[in-house]
Amino acid sequence: MSKMQINITVNGKKQELLAEPRELLIHVLRERLGVTGPHVGCDTSHCGACTVDMDGKSVKACTVFAAQANGADITTIEGLGGPDGLHVLQQMFKEHHGLQCGFCTPGMITRAYRLLQEIPNPSEEEVRFGMAGNLCRCTGYQNIVKAILAAAAELNAAKEAAQ
Amino acid sequence: MNIDVRSVQRATVGRGIAHDSARKHVAGEADYIDDMPELPGTLHAALVTSPVAHGKLIALDPAGALAIESVVAFCGPDDIPGHNDIGPILPGEPLFASEIVDYVGQPLGVVAAETFEAAVKASRAVHVDVEEREPVLDVETAHEAESYVIPSQTVAEGDVEAGLASAEQLIEGRLEIGGQDHFYLETQIAYAIPGEDGDMTVHSSTQHPTEVQHHVAHVLGGLANSVDVFVRRMGGGFGGKESQATIIAAAAALLARKTRRPVKLRLKRSVDMSATGKRHDMVATWKAGVRKNGRIEALDIEYLARAGNTPDLTGPVITRALTHSDNSYFIPAARFVGHACKTNTVSNTAFRGFGGPQGIIAIETIIDQVARELTLDPNVVRAINYYGPETGEVTPYGQPVEHNRLVEVTETILATSEWQRRRAEIDAHNATSPVLRRGLAMMPVKFGISFNLTSLNQAGALVHVYQDGSVHLNHGGTEMGQGLFMKVAQVVAEVFQVDIETVKITATATGKVPNTSATAASTGSDINGMAAYNAATAIKGRMTNVAADHLEVPAEEIVFREGRVHAGNRSISFAELAKHTWAARVQLSEAGYYATPKIHWDVKTLKGRPFFYYTYGAAVAEVAIDTLTGESRCLRADLLQDCGASLNPAVDLGQIEGAFVQGMGWLTCEELWWDEKGRLRTIGPSTYKIPGSRDVPRDFNVAILENAPNGEETVFRSKAVGEPPLMLAVSVWLAIRDAIASCGQPGISPKLKAPATPEHILEAVDDIRARGSATGVA
Repeated sequence: MSKMQINITVNGKKQELLAEPRELLIHVLRERLGVTGPHVGCDTSHCGACTVDMDGKSVKACTVFAAQANGADITTIEGLGGPDGLHVLQQMFKEHHGLQCGFCTPGMITRAYRLLQEIPNPSEEEVRFGMAGNLCRCTGYQNIVKAILAAAAELNAAKEAAQ
Repeated sequence: MNIDVRSVQRATVGRGIAHDSARKHVAGEADYIDDMPELPGTLHAALVTSPVAHGKLIALDPAGALAIESVVAFCGPDDIPGHNDIGPILPGEPLFASEIVDYVGQPLGVVAAETFEAAVKASRAVHVDVEEREPVLDVETAHEAESYVIPSQTVAEGDVEAGLASAEQLIEGRLEIGGQDHFYLETQIAYAIPGEDGDMTVHSSTQHPTEVQHHVAHVLGGLANSVDVFVRRMGGGFGGKESQATIIAAAAALLARKTRRPVKLRLKRSVDMSATGKRHDMVATWKAGVRKNGRIEALDIEYLARAGNTPDLTGPVITRALTHSDNSYFIPAARFVGHACKTNTVSNTAFRGFGGPQGIIAIETIIDQVARELTLDPNVVRAINYYGPETGEVTPYGQPVEHNRLVEVTETILATSEWQRRRAEIDAHNATSPVLRRGLAMMPVKFGISFNLTSLNQAGALVHVYQDGSVHLNHGGTEMGQGLFMKVAQVVAEVFQVDIETVKITATATGKVPNTSATAASTGSDINGMAAYNAATAIKGRMTNVAADHLEVPAEEIVFREGRVHAGNRSISFAELAKHTWAARVQLSEAGYYATPKIHWDVKTLKGRPFFYYTYGAAVAEVAIDTLTGESRCLRADLLQDCGASLNPAVDLGQIEGAFVQGMGWLTCEELWWDEKGRLRTIGPSTYKIPGSRDVPRDFNVAILENAPNGEETVFRSKAVGEPPLMLAVSVWLAIRDAIASCGQPGISPKLKAPATPEHILEAVDDIRARGSATGVA
């Protein structure tokens, strides 16, 4: 089959490329664009290591065709931090030891980033439910949940201060 | 200069410093092998695996695969220039099956293509013809035929027959213990880069770079000095990348040799789960002779372990199961026997705990059964059997139980978990709740630290101080997420009294520190930390003499503190002293070495002192089960773990929490399921369920035992932590048993298989209800 023209924005940068109709977004990101933060963990959309943000939704990039992402705005872990450094979530994962081997971390934080926009002030239960699509084999999730709750508190405090 | 480990002022050791790569992990900047920029010409590879469990290999024809566009090469058993053997302990374990295939998923060859997708497609296009034979798929069949991969092992002490014959009560039972897939998030991967003179550089996701180095060399027909293995980090290991990583690295290296191009082999999850080994499932059967008060006088346990098709690490896994079948209890007459049953399933391997979990769940089930059948409190039965001056203090394999903390950890956890109040509440709840039943259990863990095989207990480190005062650190341990690199860096920073940022952590490399042991058996920080300590201390000693000359004081007056070197009220920076040391032509580099003292082990009699020390822990778990659906939930868990004087409490807490949840997975939701053809059908997260964020205890209280420096002279008196807390999850399984027991009459012990899946819980609930009132043995 002929290749398709795909236009996507990745971490604020416009990208044009030709992709096979069956090519997956994760491979476009990792192999064509060198965006290797999102990882391939299970190939089947269950583990969440490949989670990216696509037009304001968390998606598992291993089960999204590049063609489906045509015209989309994609944010990966690499795009979360601002020019001043780490995003609050990234900072909290670091401070609260919300990682061990780190392989799930980019997907985990990218999912948490969207979760905190879906529910800005989540309960612990809501965090656990909202993160259920991202597997971690190392931490037992305790510090991941703590980091997300701490980030939510800090983001909300900053919001209040700004008002 | 002789530094007493205990007296060194601690500036860095003992602090909860973040993981060495935390900043990179949260930014997505930490490179795993699959993230490394690929060299020009890199090929991608995929394994060709056996579709059948047992048979004679008639044909292995790659023509169809090679005809696919962009496919470059195939290597099978006939393309191996050296030895087709990667046995980690015993020879005779082929990289690629050549005549007989022995399990579904067994590697038969490997293909390389320009793209990953083409390689995967090609791997399925290799024509494989096998004349099928009847496979052996279960341990009982193998045991009846006395088909074992290695001779059976026995740990024994005292007269078991006499003890059983004279016992006031005989308790008999049987337990099926499931296996477990490691499910490291990063699947097995290696990147092999050919060099000149037949050299090979291999980036391998392995816990055992030295084993990868040796086997790659021998598979290629060369010597160890022709292969360099590098490991910066793994995306999880858990024992699964100890011997198994060799398969992947050797296959990639073969193709790299043949094509003279770099080759990357990353396993798809489904291939990883079918081709590589897991935790050994076992069947334990026992006879216990007990007194009416619950004191065990004689115990006979027999384990049938699923070795799979080859020995791999099954021998030492069984040894550890046998040396942990006592757990915390003194049993005067004991006989623990382990058979390594040969089956036509993947060869099982190391997994966090390494046989210890199977031994500990067996003895804890026995204790629980004894208590239930004698209608005693299980914790009372535990207490009267603990090692101590009242009972006895030598294990069945001959090691004294020193620095015993069993009473301390169990009494503390019973108090902090509010056992008495909750026990009463749960009993009251169960009295009025016919469907939802709750259960509560406490259990201790005593775990031996050191590799059982004495020769493995050695480590090396390489430390350089540069002229600008920066420090380069390398050692034989590998980083798989457990925080080893940071702990060892803290040790070095402590010795030099410099900032942790001054110490550069570098990838494990066989060319820098040779002949290493696997990062395994929880020993990583003990042995590599001590090797690094020795290296840094030697350099510091030489620098001290230079400082004494420079500052014109006796060496005894030189003090390293906060990045400076002091003599009275005068000081120079560490960097300045490094420069002076160089100028004085004194060596600023050292290869440190450590061999664990005091240990010895007779592999024939299974007697000796295999462990440098024991670590202790205790847990209380509360669960609820639904007796209509079989579902279970852990509502609360309280853990207390002995870490000695922790090198890094934040890292250690993470290890305890993670290990416990992994152990819960093993005992509740993770079930390996093979079909009648010997095909593992749980080869992905859709069918193989590891704990998710909602599957952990709602109320989870984890603590490190305070003020508890190691009684042995370990590095800064710390203790190992990687494996022991996994076994604390047996408390969850015991709590499920407790909930099930509440469905039956007093005096009846539940029959629950592990893992406690909804099916197994329902089965046990139905069984205990059908058994009615107590009559005889369970």
